[in-house]
Amino acid sequence: MAVFLIRRLLVSCVLLFFISVISFFIITLTPGSPYPWGELNPKISEEVKRVFREKFHLDRPLPEQYALIMRDLFTGRLRSIKDERPVLEKIAERLPATLALNLGALALSLSFGLMLGIYGARHAGRPPDMITSVLAFVFIALPGFWVSYLVAIGLVQAAVPILGTHTIGVTFSNGAEVFLDRWWHVMMPASILAIGGIAVQSRFIRASMIETLREDYIRTARAKGLDENTVFYHHALRNSIRPLITGIGMLLPALIGGAVIIENIFAYPGMGRLGYEAVLERDYPTLVALNFVTAALVLLGNLLADLLYAVVDPRVRLE
Amino acid sequence: MITTTTEPLALAPATPSGRAWRRFRANRIGVAALVLVILLALVALVFFVLDRLGIPFPMDPDMTNLERKLLPPNSINWLGTDNLGRDVLSRLLNGAYISLTVGFIAVFVSLSIGVTVGAIAGYFGKWVDNLIMRVVDAIMCFPTFFLILTAVALLGPSIINIIVVIGLVSWTGTARLVRAEFLTLREAPYVQAARALGQRGPKIIFRHLLPNAAAPILVTAVLGVPEAILAEAGLSFLGFGVQPPQATWGNIIADGKTYILDAWWLILFPGLAILVAALSFYLTGDALRQAVETRSERQ
Repeated sequence: MAVFLIRRLLVSCVLLFFISVISFFIITLTPGSPYPWGELNPKISEEVKRVFREKFHLDRPLPEQYALIMRDLFTGRLRSIKDERPVLEKIAERLPATLALNLGALALSLSFGLMLGIYGARHAGRPPDMITSVLAFVFIALPGFWVSYLVAIGLVQAAVPILGTHTIGVTFSNGAEVFLDRWWHVMMPASILAIGGIAVQSRFIRASMIETLREDYIRTARAKGLDENTVFYHHALRNSIRPLITGIGMLLPALIGGAVIIENIFAYPGMGRLGYEAVLERDYPTLVALNFVTAALVLLGNLLADLLYAVVDPRVRLE
Repeated sequence: MITTTTEPLALAPATPSGRAWRRFRANRIGVAALVLVILLALVALVFFVLDRLGIPFPMDPDMTNLERKLLPPNSINWLGTDNLGRDVLSRLLNGAYISLTVGFIAVFVSLSIGVTVGAIAGYFGKWVDNLIMRVVDAIMCFPTFFLILTAVALLGPSIINIIVVIGLVSWTGTARLVRAEFLTLREAPYVQAARALGQRGPKIIFRHLLPNAAAPILVTAVLGVPEAILAEAGLSFLGFGVQPPQATWGNIIADGKTYILDAWWLILFPGLAILVAALSFYLTGDALRQAVETRSERQ
């Protein structure tokens, strides 16, 4: 176990290094003017340009630039162009909302994906399976921004409080109500964010279940005279824990990416919205840091998933 | 009453692709989706050519007419008009080629990178494989859409930039797949035989490995197209897609969202167009995957 942990952590460090290089490339390898306001803007004085170059160490050779930017990022010295606040601080204040939204969407994707996948596998090749299969692809093909826009507008029209993280202008009498209000504001965008994930996960589970049902031990279980429900839910379903966990690593990047649009539509103050604001402002430090932090979060998710494998599946030996 | 079918036993086609095609044709959903894909491509092509020839059919997609703005679907404007009085149907048809061009060329870019990288990793193995796959793992950690948005915003939104960025970001899946195929295939007896006969790397890769990995590569290609279409639509919605006045399905929605309470047709129809286009590619790709799955044949 310890050996596995150490090796896995070492690999993660290597990945983190590559992630930092890629984040760095986003600003340095983008052709054209490095300045957010354009190279030839006459209103920008040489002084401002010099400060900007220094902030990004653009006057240094590439490897040094990389080292300095990473140093600034890790020591919290990297500041946003827009408001001069430390980038890490800006990200940290958005982190709880982002975690709530993405973990909510992840939980919905995994649970409903599992149910839909089981249903499909149970009826494999018959009309109910064909209907859920087509439905799954409709879910994947639905443009998320379109659905969220329609839902958000519809609910706002019906005077349902939906935007932001909590209902504005209402004082709740106790903690439970406050919690439920927040919960509602997270779960609405989370369910739209989860639509695609549910579909992807259901295809994944379905394929794995159908494959498992062809195994010898399933035939043995049936031959013993066990009823179909026991065979299906007791013997076969256990093997679907693996794709369920793999789903975590697979879905996370898509969820966080998709959240950029959905957080905007629902005025939800997460990292996706911060990212979109940074894109509009061409706020390089925030963009670099955001890409780095989100990728690092996904990496952490993958690491946890790997550990979970070992916990739930006794066949996986951590070496 | 007994009816006997006198259908002659068709001879199984000798080639794997022939067999796959037979299986594909038997899948009604897949065939319907493929027909839709071909239809979409034709529509996109025809209206692109009409636009370049300057033939306004059914109307000029960029012609404004403020006397006829925000009209609901009617006998002249079948899908209504937008806030500048432009015909929504014409704009939808005119924007079709943007979606499909982005879809196809972005996939071409991502396939070229993915197949090359995957082939190198899978063929050479050892530390080359290890290094390449760790980079792939790292790229896969990035939230795809946000990475695309960041890069397109910094580069400046143009159709070329959008295609290149989507392609550059989405090749990792293909690389993983090609690598996995190569790792299995390179131990196959015929590859060993080719090596024993003195054939070298490139020849083995191009003559033996790649053709045998073609089927799964084709499937990922078809499934990659709708991903790119959806990404482009999302970018357009945020204002970082192909720039106006060129109509795209995403920016018709983006322009129309201000008027959603007065003009539902500005949101509904382009959204449906994106949905139908993406869905037909997904269903085609899935049917193709089922048709080429050769597990039983390989044994």
